[in-house]
Amino acid sequence: MDARRQQKFRLKSLLLPRTCPNALLSHPTFHRSKLKQTVENSVQPNAIEVLSLTRRFNSLVAVDHLTFSCAAGATFGLLGPNGAGKSTLIKMLTTLLPPTSGTAHIAGCDLIEHPEAVRRKIGYISQMLSADGDLTGYENLLISAKLFGIPRSERARRIAQALEFMELSHVAGKLVRQYSGGMIRRLEIAQSMLHRPSVLFMDEPSVGLDPSAKRAVWDRIRDLRREFGTTILMTTHDMEEADELCDVVAVMHRGVLAALDTPEALKAKVGPEATMDDVFIHFTGATISEGGDLRDVARTRITTQRLR
Amino acid sequence: MSHALESQLSACAEPFSLRRYERQTLAVAEADVRKLVHDPVELLTRMVQPVLWLLIFGQVFNRTRAIPTGGISYLDFMSPGILAQSVLFGAIFYGISLIWERDLGIVQKFLASPAPRSALVLGRAISSTARSLCQMAFVYAVAFLLHVHLRFGVVALAGVVLAVMLGSAVFSTLSLIAACLVKSRERFMGIGQVMTMPLFFASNAIYPLALMPAWLRALSKVNPLTYQVDALRSLMVAGGGTTFGVGLDFLMLTVALLILLSVATKLYPNIVT
Repeated sequence: MDARRQQKFRLKSLLLPRTCPNALLSHPTFHRSKLKQTVENSVQPNAIEVLSLTRRFNSLVAVDHLTFSCAAGATFGLLGPNGAGKSTLIKMLTTLLPPTSGTAHIAGCDLIEHPEAVRRKIGYISQMLSADGDLTGYENLLISAKLFGIPRSERARRIAQALEFMELSHVAGKLVRQYSGGMIRRLEIAQSMLHRPSVLFMDEPSVGLDPSAKRAVWDRIRDLRREFGTTILMTTHDMEEADELCDVVAVMHRGVLAALDTPEALKAKVGPEATMDDVFIHFTGATISEGGDLRDVARTRITTQRLR
Repeated sequence: MSHALESQLSACAEPFSLRRYERQTLAVAEADVRKLVHDPVELLTRMVQPVLWLLIFGQVFNRTRAIPTGGISYLDFMSPGILAQSVLFGAIFYGISLIWERDLGIVQKFLASPAPRSALVLGRAISSTARSLCQMAFVYAVAFLLHVHLRFGVVALAGVVLAVMLGSAVFSTLSLIAACLVKSRERFMGIGQVMTMPLFFASNAIYPLALMPAWLRALSKVNPLTYQVDALRSLMVAGGGTTFGVGLDFLMLTVALLILLSVATKLYPNIVT
């Protein structure tokens, strides 16, 4: 077994024993105290523990009693058609959207009870471009450092390290609106990593990037794992990206998980020659995207346009 | 409860630090000020409106002497009103930048940071004061050239700075609340127009309260602009006088700001949902 397969096998063994079966969590008599009890009994706390998380928008159930966990240090890919509930899930896990019911523990902190603590422990790269084009790369990092409470004595060193790590030192003084798409994404990764978060959430990190910029971003994501052991949860529509970067992939469809396993295992379940595209179609049953709305499409197009 | 879980949960609860709160609040304001430094065109365009009011409206009404101004020239009387108006007009559309930044993903980044929501709101209120102070310097320069009898004492100037900052914070926070409620740029522009004119005309900016019908006077007494103008009139021009007393003016502005800040803090996360 080669080193990569060995690592995936190890991560899989950490991931698969679920601490909270769905049946238990969806039971009407299930209480928060039981959620705590469940976590308490787990041998090793996972970096992400999603516990019966639900979000309704009036009659629409965008995320439906979702339960899964992600081991510390793993890269977790979330696939699914537009409108499957991926972005809603990420918004809840980053405390941007309150869940209707259920909870999650991020790096050991409860989403509902300690939202500020969760925000201290996470980094977030939204699908849109959150780097401010009217500020320089250095200024973007400086503001982030202050927001995350990095002490003054540490700030300059961390910013210089982040710029060097992302190969942006030579453009640090330029306004971000003059950056290329790949440079902006790298800057955003640098921003989200300044405070050394335990968990990094990335909503479609390579959307709108050309192939070489995409490869550069992938390299940086791999570096993050290697250097800092960061747990990464990312959504993507790019099957190659999921295959390349993720140890574990969950396919989400209509608010629930249709499948959860390593990319290899998922492909094996579909067929001997199956690709991730086949996995996606197999578990979502979608050949043409049915979900999503005008806002989803507009957001992706705006991001793509800004990256050009 | 196991030791491991206990220590993990206790690590989640971090005590409040005023210093950290201050740093996070000022970081929000700093981002905005740095943008202004990179591109000050917005400041220059905002200077046109008060010049037009002072040069055209002020000069014409200075000759008519139709409005009782308490023994000072009409230009002296309206200059503090025009300063308050330029602060109001600048701050009341401040919320659109929140919608714009939400559309770009910048607001989401701030909301996913550990900065408390109140620090994000307060930071925005502070950043709006930077713009208003630039407008204040400009209105002073124009008023000086028009021979308005300005007061240049340290206490008077400090009072004007405070009144401008408070007024700007009040109206920019009101604008933030409107942005969090309407959420789209098109709707916000409509709301901005609807808010501006009643606030301006139901105040003592360009005519005294005594000229108003009773219903409008009652309305003006719950309008923060009235108290800002009253404080400015007393502190900015010689012989300006005050209707309510400067102490009450500042108190009313502070109370309005605190109420609006607490409402905005509650509504702020709605902008991304």
